[in-house]
Amino acid sequence: MKVTVWYVVLNIGIQTIMALMIALMMHRLTRSTFLRGVVLSPYLVSNVVAALVWLWILDTQLGIFNHLLESIGLERIGFLTDETWAIPTIALINVWRHMGYTALLIFAGLQTLPESVYEAARTDGAGETRIFFSITLPLLRPIMALVLIMTIIGSFQVFDTVAVTTGGGPANATNVLQVYIYDMAFGRFQFGYASAMSVGLLIILGIITFIQFKLTRAGETDLD
Amino acid sequence: MTSIGVKSTEVSRKNNLTKRRKRKTNPGKVLAWVAMIIVVLITLFPFYWMLRTALSTNASLYAEPGSFLPPEFSTGGFQRVFGTQSVEDAVAEGGTVTDMNFWRYILNSTIVATLVTAGQLLFCSMAAYAFARLKFKGRDTVFGIFIAGLMIPSIFTLLPNFVLIKELGLVDNVLGIALPTMLMTPFAIFFLRQFFMNIPREIEEAALLDGISRIGIFFKVIIPMAAAPLATLGILTYMTAWNDYFWPLMVSYTDQSRVLTVALGIFRAQTPTSGTDWAGLMAATLVAAAPMMVLFSLFAKRIVNSIGFNGLK
Repeated sequence: MKVTVWYVVLNIGIQTIMALMIALMMHRLTRSTFLRGVVLSPYLVSNVVAALVWLWILDTQLGIFNHLLESIGLERIGFLTDETWAIPTIALINVWRHMGYTALLIFAGLQTLPESVYEAARTDGAGETRIFFSITLPLLRPIMALVLIMTIIGSFQVFDTVAVTTGGGPANATNVLQVYIYDMAFGRFQFGYASAMSVGLLIILGIITFIQFKLTRAGETDLD
Repeated sequence: MTSIGVKSTEVSRKNNLTKRRKRKTNPGKVLAWVAMIIVVLITLFPFYWMLRTALSTNASLYAEPGSFLPPEFSTGGFQRVFGTQSVEDAVAEGGTVTDMNFWRYILNSTIVATLVTAGQLLFCSMAAYAFARLKFKGRDTVFGIFIAGLMIPSIFTLLPNFVLIKELGLVDNVLGIALPTMLMTPFAIFFLRQFFMNIPREIEEAALLDGISRIGIFFKVIIPMAAAPLATLGILTYMTAWNDYFWPLMVSYTDQSRVLTVALGIFRAQTPTSGTDWAGLMAATLVAAAPMMVLFSLFAKRIVNSIGFNGLK
């Protein structure tokens, strides 16, 4: 459970910030469908494919990434074989796969914001940073809330990437909830216990969603 | 890029503003483009690396891990995937020697994805139409329950589904893989209902007056009008079904029903003692990803534009 929460925090934190940045850049720079297609492309391959490619890139001995690390004078890191690195690595692999999709969701939200508010702010002499924090972010709140609720629910159910890359190891360092449930049911045939845990997960997700909904006031908008 | 958002202001002020903003945001713009290019590189690099690795020999991968082009060009990886390489050659290249039949897995994946897509489009559009147009007691309550179903994590339904499929005797059968999502998903119903609700009632009423039955209206009037959202939903469903891993992993055990994603996981686990057959593995992942890439490049515009909040509030 602790592993899962750590994973969710890392995954959602990095993914949301990256996606927000990509969305803002796309919004300001270009409307090209091609670029949006490129950003979305990791989302098209399955989790298994994404996991395998990164497993190869991050391989301790042969992976290109460790090769680069070594060539700039750093030590090789066993990204998926080291207990402390495994979860952050898996979180980042999933960020890679999902950030484009999340960015496009936020991008779609950005386009619904009225231009008039921005014009007013510019006329008042507000700088870019100020505009972002005082206008874009607050107006984007309902959309961000929905995106967060969706991604967090998804993030809690991480399975494919973990199952393919580490299978819960090393030393249970990546034994996230869903892997554990799967192992319980199909490894040890304790269907009752596994079912009970999935009910528990459902309740946890329900509570998290409810709290988020209340905290972020997802149903309301500041546009009126 | 000179004047974004500055419309309908008098010329002098416009010039003034653009000048000021030009000086202010140009470095920012350059920085943003650089960041964007980095993002694109990070996004695309793994795809290139897949190709580069798939076209190398394993021995050369060990010798030159840092080479950006295939260190020693070879199609052995692809040959192993499609079973056209002899066992001796495979061993010599450090490849996985398996009796895995990727054509079979591609076929299975195609069958599953097609079944799921066809089933979902048919049943979900019917259900969505009922929720959008037909009036019956408790309609909104039932719809509310459906929407709540969107929130339920898939693992919650997994074990009951497994028991059910087992009782039906469909374990290790392509139908068993397709069945849980073939009949309906709350998302599809929700998605289609939004479109159906926007179709003007008058058209249906005119058709009713002409003596066409409800079912006739659904197939002859509503479905053609909703062709675009149906196509979008179809593509998205096909991709999801193709990429699913967890459920097929649970219900398929032999070649008879094994789909590509599961096969990839097994291919990875069956490594020869000399080390993982990376060339073969990357060739296999490319084979698994390629159909979706083709599908995406054909419909990129539609898929990209469908992602948004027009459906969700």
